[in-house]
Amino acid sequence: MTETTTTLIKVRRVSKSFKKGEEQSLLVLDDLNLSLKSGEIVALLGKSGSGKSTLLRIIAGLVSPSKGQVTYQGNPITGPIQGLSMVFQSFALFPWLTVLQNVELGLEAQGIPPSERRTRALKAIDIIGLDGFESAYPKELSGGMRQRVGFARALVVDPHVMLMDEPFSALDPLTAEDLRNDLLGLWQDKKTNIQSILIVTHNIEEAAILADRIIVFSSNPGKIRGEIKVDLPRPRNTEDDKFRGIIDDIYTLMTASSKPHLGLGGERVKLIEQIGYRLPKVEVSQLTGFLDTLNSPDYQQKIDLPELADDLSLDVNELFLLTEALEILHFAHVSKGDIELTAAGRTFSNADMLKKKEIFASHLIQYIPLARHIKRVLDERPGHRASENRFLTELEDQLSEEAASEVLEIIIDWGRYAELFAYDYNAGVLSLENPE
Amino acid sequence: MPIFTKWHAAKNELKKWRYPTYWDMIALCLVLGTITLLALGAKGMATPYHLGEPIPISLDPVNLPYYAFRSVLRMGIAMIVSLLFTFIVGTAAAKSTHAERFIIPSIDILQSVPVLGYLSITVIAFIALFPNSLLGPEFAAIFVIFTAQVWNMTLSFYQSLKSVPTDLQEAARVLQLSAWQRFWRLDAPFAMPGLLWNVMMSMSGSWFFVVASEAITVNNQEITLPGIGSYIALAIQQADMHAIVYAIIAMFMVILLYDQMLFRPLNQWIDKFKFEQLSEEPTSSSWVITLFQHAKWLRHSGRFLVVIWNYFVNFPLFRLKPVAAPHKTEWKQSVSHFSVVLWYILLIAALVVALATLIHFVFSSVTLKEAGHVTWLGFVTAFRVTAMVLLSSIIWIPLGVWIGLRPSVARIAQPIIQFAASFPVNLFYPIMVFIIVTYGLNVDVWSSPLMILGAQWYIAFNVIAGVIALPKDLHQAAGSLDLKGWLWWKRFILPGIFPYYVTGAITAAGGAWNASIVAEVLNWGSTHLVATGLGAYVTQQSIIGDFPRLALGICIMCFYVLVFNKVLWRPLYRMATGRFSLN
Repeated sequence: MTETTTTLIKVRRVSKSFKKGEEQSLLVLDDLNLSLKSGEIVALLGKSGSGKSTLLRIIAGLVSPSKGQVTYQGNPITGPIQGLSMVFQSFALFPWLTVLQNVELGLEAQGIPPSERRTRALKAIDIIGLDGFESAYPKELSGGMRQRVGFARALVVDPHVMLMDEPFSALDPLTAEDLRNDLLGLWQDKKTNIQSILIVTHNIEEAAILADRIIVFSSNPGKIRGEIKVDLPRPRNTEDDKFRGIIDDIYTLMTASSKPHLGLGGERVKLIEQIGYRLPKVEVSQLTGFLDTLNSPDYQQKIDLPELADDLSLDVNELFLLTEALEILHFAHVSKGDIELTAAGRTFSNADMLKKKEIFASHLIQYIPLARHIKRVLDERPGHRASENRFLTELEDQLSEEAASEVLEIIIDWGRYAELFAYDYNAGVLSLENPE
Repeated sequence: MPIFTKWHAAKNELKKWRYPTYWDMIALCLVLGTITLLALGAKGMATPYHLGEPIPISLDPVNLPYYAFRSVLRMGIAMIVSLLFTFIVGTAAAKSTHAERFIIPSIDILQSVPVLGYLSITVIAFIALFPNSLLGPEFAAIFVIFTAQVWNMTLSFYQSLKSVPTDLQEAARVLQLSAWQRFWRLDAPFAMPGLLWNVMMSMSGSWFFVVASEAITVNNQEITLPGIGSYIALAIQQADMHAIVYAIIAMFMVILLYDQMLFRPLNQWIDKFKFEQLSEEPTSSSWVITLFQHAKWLRHSGRFLVVIWNYFVNFPLFRLKPVAAPHKTEWKQSVSHFSVVLWYILLIAALVVALATLIHFVFSSVTLKEAGHVTWLGFVTAFRVTAMVLLSSIIWIPLGVWIGLRPSVARIAQPIIQFAASFPVNLFYPIMVFIIVTYGLNVDVWSSPLMILGAQWYIAFNVIAGVIALPKDLHQAAGSLDLKGWLWWKRFILPGIFPYYVTGAITAAGGAWNASIVAEVLNWGSTHLVATGLGAYVTQQSIIGDFPRLALGICIMCFYVLVFNKVLWRPLYRMATGRFSLN
């Protein structure tokens, strides 16, 4: 960058915890530091639940941090301010307003007179390529066009910083690419006064295509795991070796295990100890299908994750959920961007349906503390029955309400498959009995 | 005019002003006619009046259009007040937890008070408020219609505001909309489909009360407001069958007109606020909207209205920004904490005082034994309501399923049933009296069907809608599994329509309770039939003006309705939305 760079946004020692009940709180973001300078695009990359969206909302002034401070041009942010605008994953368009009215909305809020509103809105619509759709309602438009309206609405207020919350993840790949290119065009032509873009994404390639810096988050609580600089000229060639190298670097950083443990066969595996571990939301059928794929002769012992994601056309989020599930169940282990099945993983994949259930059950009991806990409670109870609320309350000690019910749902799904216990949906009761 | 040219520029439409068309003429007549009528009605409402003075009502059918218009006017005013109430109270409940804890239970109780109970209680107060003017009884009638319309509207609005999607809320905050702008640009439009649907339900349901509230006897004073209800009351008094038929025809015309002029345009307009166009059926069409689209000058004035509307939403005075709250100081926190506690203490104190006053008022003249008897009367009416809901279910579930399975029949039946639901069935009561007297039937038994006469349509309508809403593949799966006979009903249709049926049955039961006040005392000329029940008790106490007993009757009815809601309907509804919901 030839021009002098200034720091626009500074995030200093920000933590966020959500209150639960009187005493307890749940830490989502832990002591984050970050700065956004003029002339750069920064991507926040992480699995879902890593708090990157929360951080974006703290910067936007929508959520206030529990500790620490965010400043914009030196002034602390306590609420939404002019100069920052936001693009949403779900577009967040007002369905009862036309494209033009949607774009004008931010100007209305600023009290700008009608004639000027119209001129500026039409200009923004023109820049973003929505000519001819001014009087259309959002529901008449395709996803890509809707997000263009979202862009125009964010642009029309002439922001210095654009905050983007997974803006392309609700679009199909082709549309997403098209819109990404247009965004880069806008950025490089300097048709707007945007000095910096902060984009949240869980798409690794997208981050590498767009960003000058990629900040990788780890989950529970959200922390910065590391930062990767992308010093490649735009437009970037995704087949380029340097580009592939950066993708590999990101995978390596994202799969770097913090605490390696040694498994039964001397392998490095991931061990979880808490009942309230945030289990990955993966269905058993996905898991078995994924195991079969990894076990198929098409792949070697060690499989490169970027390659796998490409082959299975899996979203990175889905891929990491699957690999995490395999890891905690000790069916596979992941390191340096590669995945490798364990001996148990191979046996499972080769077994028949009944045997599979047996192996799955024994791994659940052995490696998933929550499953072990539920089983023990049911064994100890005289009627071998327990209300799901009992476990829910326990989980809520360690997780947010939402996460707790999700985790319980996952373990019920897994446990039912493994025939560890039965579940009555209407009564909300877990039991050891088989249904009548 | 610069405003119009800008709109043209944006919309790429013809800029030329054409000569007036026939459409213009029709639309002009419509608008001018409406204005004249409104002026006429306002003049009639403010006529001088002294309590005890008879208000002349004529049975000459020539007067019917004017009477009908006066009734419609009352309905319209009540609706405007209901909307205002909904916007203010519904919003307060949705935005403030402290207000919510007070408003929502209050509405819950208020909506279980029999609508006509409000009339007996408030009419004296309103007359005192506007001495020497007909405005007193007018407002009492309007108040009753208001209480018949408002509760479900407010609840629907409140529930919608509570469920505004997070992303839209965030967008509104990032764009820094003021509270006023946010309300009109986000909250109100989001709540609009649900609200409008409830507006239509309310208006349909309140015709019954319009008719019942115009001619009332309170404290032995007979007040007959000029309107279709008073016309019917007089016809009943004079046992004039011809006049009854005229009234039925007039009512038919009124409902047909407002269906065409109001409901159909509204139905089409609602689509704008829906998130996605889900319905496969072609959107409802309305000739009124067509008219407004064809008449050039109306379209232009429509645009002018849009400009005014935008100015209203962006009115500078209301552009106060929600100030980002900095961290509260400890002192401020304890003050706000204190005021909250104080608010609840005041609320509870007011509640205790009100209850004590009521109990003292009632039991100063009523013995416990009589209170026990009134409770028994309530039980009789409760039994009647339950029996009638069951009876109409037995009739309408099979019939509704039959209709719902045949799309061509359903297409014809649905508008008819909708129409029937808004028709005030009290017009048909004289026919029942005639039958009972002629055949010497038991009043206690044969007056019961009248209670459900109007309310049964909710069951019918919902059952049909439920059958139509069942996914096609479920029908096919049931067919391919060869489900037949009772098994088909037990495993497929009944669970499938259950959520819809419960909704219909709740509305029907509520309607039957309300109707009991009118349906248990029947008059025709000099014939007076009185059934045993709480409704008859309330009516009789209201006529003789015994307010302690009236209050007792209303409280007990309110109590029964609340108990039924808590014990029966809420659990059923929860089951319907949980276990039997298709989503």
